[in-house]
Amino acid sequence: MSATGIIFSNIHDANIPDLTRMRTLASVPFGCRYRLIDFALSNMVNSGITNVNVITHYNYHSLMDHLGSGKDWDLARARGGIKLLPPFVSAFANNMNQLYETRLEALKSIHHAILHITDDYVVMSDCDVICNIDLNDIINDHIEHNADITVAVKHVNLTQEQARISTIYTSNEKGEITDLMSYPSDFSGEADVSLNILVMSRQYLTTMVLDAIAHNYVSMNRDVIRRNIGHANFRVYRYDGYFAVISSLSEYFAHSMELIARDDVRTELFEEKNRPIYTKVRNSAPAKYITGANVKNSLVADGCVIEGQVENSILFRGVKIGKNTVVKNSILFQDTFTGQNVSLNYVLTDKDVVIRDRTTLSGAETMPIYVAKGKMI
Amino acid sequence: MYKKKECVAMLLAGGQGSRLYNLTETMAKPAVEFGGKYRIIDFPMSNCVNSGIDTVGVLTQYQPLMLNEYIGNGQPWDLDRNTGGVMVLPPYQGKKSSDWYRGTANAIYQNLAFIERYDPDYVLILSGDHIYKMDYSEMLDAHKKNNADATIAVLEVPIEEASRFGIMNTDEEGRIYEFEEKPKKPKSTKASMGIYIFNRELLAEYLRADEQNPKSSNDFGKDIIPAMLADGKRMYTFPFRGYWKDVGTLTSLWEANMDLLGEDPNFVIHDRDWRIMSRNNAEPPHFVGGEAKISNSIVTEGCKIYGEVVNSVLSNGVVVEQGAVVKDSVILSGTHIGKGVYVNYSIIGSDTDVGKGSVIGRPRDVAEDITLVGVGLTLPSGTVVPAGAKFGASDIK
Repeated sequence: MSATGIIFSNIHDANIPDLTRMRTLASVPFGCRYRLIDFALSNMVNSGITNVNVITHYNYHSLMDHLGSGKDWDLARARGGIKLLPPFVSAFANNMNQLYETRLEALKSIHHAILHITDDYVVMSDCDVICNIDLNDIINDHIEHNADITVAVKHVNLTQEQARISTIYTSNEKGEITDLMSYPSDFSGEADVSLNILVMSRQYLTTMVLDAIAHNYVSMNRDVIRRNIGHANFRVYRYDGYFAVISSLSEYFAHSMELIARDDVRTELFEEKNRPIYTKVRNSAPAKYITGANVKNSLVADGCVIEGQVENSILFRGVKIGKNTVVKNSILFQDTFTGQNVSLNYVLTDKDVVIRDRTTLSGAETMPIYVAKGKMI
Repeated sequence: MYKKKECVAMLLAGGQGSRLYNLTETMAKPAVEFGGKYRIIDFPMSNCVNSGIDTVGVLTQYQPLMLNEYIGNGQPWDLDRNTGGVMVLPPYQGKKSSDWYRGTANAIYQNLAFIERYDPDYVLILSGDHIYKMDYSEMLDAHKKNNADATIAVLEVPIEEASRFGIMNTDEEGRIYEFEEKPKKPKSTKASMGIYIFNRELLAEYLRADEQNPKSSNDFGKDIIPAMLADGKRMYTFPFRGYWKDVGTLTSLWEANMDLLGEDPNFVIHDRDWRIMSRNNAEPPHFVGGEAKISNSIVTEGCKIYGEVVNSVLSNGVVVEQGAVVKDSVILSGTHIGKGVYVNYSIIGSDTDVGKGSVIGRPRDVAEDITLVGVGLTLPSGTVVPAGAKFGASDIK
């Protein structure tokens, strides 16, 4: 059994428009030193998948910069490794040059690459889900049940707001999918929500994509899955570990804070034996605490220099906290600089933000203040 | 076939480091952890890469496993190159003879074939047990400008310490007329840092001649340099101004770690223009608990701090439990400091488990000597390790 990975880097960008204005959802920073794609990529690498295709759409410079040759994920390989698939724009312009909007359209646009896959199975993953999962469990379940498509789901209690950006599956006791709802606007309560991780065989994918091209299908959920429920063997795989969906800025904030508040989440995401989460290596020096620093309940990355007070916060690599500065309930992205006597509460600063001396910013838990990349306040 | 290299670096990394006691029980000195996320060898390796040298031979001999694994294909230092890059060079069995490395000069002599494959004009000899940041390209420029046969990097040391070093006596231009190894009455304060640049062909000539001399100890400082001087070769010093520390003893290793601390540290590693590169362990960022107190310290990836850490350097994956106090100490990777443990003025080796309520060492102002707890030990709850004690796995049967 061998598998190829396909990662969609831009689907769900609209969930957090602030953070994806200049980057893909895949390259949104998360968890003090990671980018969202690190979870999808590490899951694949840790499951023995060494052929990984990353489909991009727009704004993907930050993603290319992050991935480089793929060596930090052990994906710089002579055979296979990581491959970026940006939109295929033809020089002979006609209507074909429209960018894809759905997952199926994206797959159609890279059908030439799909035809070259030699692995038996294909695992597809979006970048909006944070989990540390052994994908072999899903693939084996898929093979065991001779399924056509297997979708990883988790049973959760959804709010109406969460349901609006979720795909919800209904299945029978055998695990066969009986119905699905995409982005329902009036649903709340318990449901099997999709992790946006799918497994199918290479043949099934190839047939599906060529068929979609022939019939001009555009939606995987509507035109492939729903159309064939009852005819094809579509199954759910029930995952019961930790997972978080980044569906909005406030959810992003809440899930980030969960990393501080819950030991079990950190353990499950980062300390799973033989399943580390890899990321780009930056060779920052270790974090440095100066006399007078006072840090509590926080996650701190390498390269930080702390002289002030930090509480319930996440400091990405290379953040500087000045003297007499107080940072509470905040997330400061890479290379944020705070001067002296600064006060931050419920603030999210993007990369390279400078907060000058004596500045006070205070948001609320449900509405953190977002400071855009490179801004000086 | 091989692309010519202007300068090839040879890094002597075979040192046993016996004065580091149990820290070098299972690894050579250059592989010993330093400064949170580094090993000693990261410094000369990063210096090479930052100075534009992309071909580095690492000569290993004593306990090479850890070093071999750590260096690997050199990728963390950007030394996985098509031509050159890093190459680990252990002693080998030859057609006519096979031998361990008998001295620093003999080690290079046995690897002349490696050097000559790249047809370099210059050879840079480095040692794997010093902590410093240095631009070797400046030294090479000076070497060329002086039209020198050999250039030796020197550091100004206080006159009272000069008798611990190899001392260079020079004229005003920096040309060496005399070399004295550990002189009782030093005439100058220019101490050799063990960093040499030689013209390659001349070096090969002297190394081959030195091999023919059965009385030679095959050492750069004792044999090669005096021989070159005696022949009137153009030998120059290259003055180095900056931080440099030989971390050959537990105390100096501890001091070098402490030199990283503070607002204005003696040795700056947070320098983005001269990054020190190291192999990464893919560990999560460090977590600081609700009752933790960290002051004047260095903490890195994978650590979890629930207790108090003062004036200390913690390597990756160290856990300090609630109520524990770590003060004036260096804790190496993966070590677990249990609840209520007191650690004072100590170095604790990697992967050691210190049981709760243990007391390691005594406060620095009363302890006469540093305390060392070795690698991979399990100390039961309530263990008391007296100040100055030094022990490791081989001391416990």
